Amino acid sequence: MGKVVLKLGDDISTDIIYPGRFMATVLPTETPQYTFADLPEFNARLKAGEFPPGSVIVAGDNFGCGSSREQAASGLKGPDLVIVARHFARIFLQNAINLGLQVVICPEIEANEEDELEIHADRVVNLTREESFAVVPLPAARQAILVAGGLVAYTRQRLLDERK
Amino acid sequence: MGMTMVEKILARASGQAAVRAGEVVEPGVDLAMSHENAALVINQFHEIYQGTGLEAQVWDPSKIAIIFDHRVPAESAKTATNQKKVREFVAAQGIARFHDIRGDEGGICHQILPENGYVRPGMVVVGTDSHTTSHGALGAFAFGVGATEMASIWTLGRALNIEVPGTVKVIVEGVFPEYVLPKDLILALIGQLTAEGANFKVIEFHGAAIRSMPTSGRLTICNMAVEAGATSGIVVPDDETRHYLREVAGVAEAVPLLAPDLDAPYERTIAIDAGALVPQIACPHTVDNVKPVTAVAGTPVQQIVIGSCTNGRLDDIAVAAGILAGKQVARGVRMLVFPASGRIFQEAMKAGYLTTLMEAGAVVANSGCGPCLGVHQGALGDGEVALSTTNRNFKGRMGNPNSEVYLCSPAVAAASAVAGVITDPRKGG
Ligand code: SF4
Repeated sequence: MGKVVLKLGDDISTDIIYPGRFMATVLPTETPQYTFADLPEFNARLKAGEFPPGSVIVAGDNFGCGSSREQAASGLKGPDLVIVARHFARIFLQNAINLGLQVVICPEIEANEEDELEIHADRVVNLTREESFAVVPLPAARQAILVAGGLVAYTRQRLLDERK
Repeated sequence: MGMTMVEKILARASGQAAVRAGEVVEPGVDLAMSHENAALVINQFHEIYQGTGLEAQVWDPSKIAIIFDHRVPAESAKTATNQKKVREFVAAQGIARFHDIRGDEGGICHQILPENGYVRPGMVVVGTDSHTTSHGALGAFAFGVGATEMASIWTLGRALNIEVPGTVKVIVEGVFPEYVLPKDLILALIGQLTAEGANFKVIEFHGAAIRSMPTSGRLTICNMAVEAGATSGIVVPDDETRHYLREVAGVAEAVPLLAPDLDAPYERTIAIDAGALVPQIACPHTVDNVKPVTAVAGTPVQQIVIGSCTNGRLDDIAVAAGILAGKQVARGVRMLVFPASGRIFQEAMKAGYLTTLMEAGAVVANSGCGPCLGVHQGALGDGEVALSTTNRNFKGRMGNPNSEVYLCSPAVAAASAVAGVITDPRKGG
């Protein structure tokens, strides 16, 4: 169960999630401090540790459009946020899966800040509104990476298999 | 049933006779490009090897290209240190296609790859940059990936678990009117498709207006295919492709072409008449917020940018110089010009374009991404408006969330520089 800590609209670009001027910071351990830096109030609460792991960001269509910068995904993965969006942009979705950031494609999602959500494999239940919304499975092509817990672990295994 | 361009390329690259949209493949990669974010790729690459007991060695150093462009020369100690770390890695791994900060062979990655003949028709090209879609201009399947994905490719030489994308066919017939440029075509298309209209798809360009378009214009339209969400844009390679590779990129060997089958399956076909296009502009804060320039003509601007991987090429600079010749950049407007590569900078200098632009009051800066991504030069002040030939106008893109960016062609940018307000080049130019 997670509380919605931020509600966003459509076409949230990686420039908003992780502004370009912080791109010299690359390490996943350091990127979360700049997540949503241009939403200063949210950024301040994030840095203050106000959001427990599993807290949810709800967004509309095309979340993560724009740049391929992986900091956008690693900066959300650090504090273990969950992103529930109507739809994701391709590169962001791949980056999220590769890094083990929990992303949920939920085309009909309706939720406001403070709502409590329960996330299941096939649906998101909004406990506050007492409504349930179907989940679209993540791309089948990426299942093996999801199961491995991310692309680093998956590639490492493939490498070892090949060198045997 | 036949195959689209991307299906043919992915079939070849994954060693199969045929593949269809929706199938999952693991294509071998012909070219893997990174820029400064190679620093993060290197980090993830070492993570992969962690605990394996194996020596971390890239699969094929001759297929990796690394170009410094995003923050050149370094704007901070942190960037400089990242760049240093990448140089050390490049030397240790024997990566020859490395373009450092230089006036002869440096520049923006999406210009360096084509002008050096690194990209050929039929290749699978990946880059840790979303505008890697540009290289479809030469008939390659070229797409952006994240840093961890690139580290995986450096390790195995293949892109893992790739779903073959479906294809949208765009047929552009007719002849472009004066002062209507490839940028206007792609902006109009993005406006029609919306920012996610081609998500997970490839846009394949056809038609007489594409066949008569130089490679520079094809790079512009494929570059911005990603702004409609596309995995890539691709142009069917032809005599122009051969001409470009031979004459501009200095490729001596034969260049085999490839074409989609006549009965290839397309998810959707869009027809556009280039002759009916008018100058377009993408208004703040999304690239698909596209209008005819006339709709916002008269809006005051404080900064004009000509450059980037979209419109920083020689013909773009020539268009701007043509419009600004003998005129002045309006007082209160800063006009910044960033040639896309050192080579283009030199060519523009020799042709006299840079002198013309500087005499008009423009500032010509070194090749690189410049203000395009808001980390280096040319940040905007609160409440300021920029008109730019770059490819993104998201909130904060040019370094300040309290500013606005409009996107347009070099003709619109140059005409507006003279007027100080957004101007249709067909009149004010
Ligand atoms: S010019 Fe802009 S869009 Fe092109 S690679 Fe550089 S930052 Fe990216």
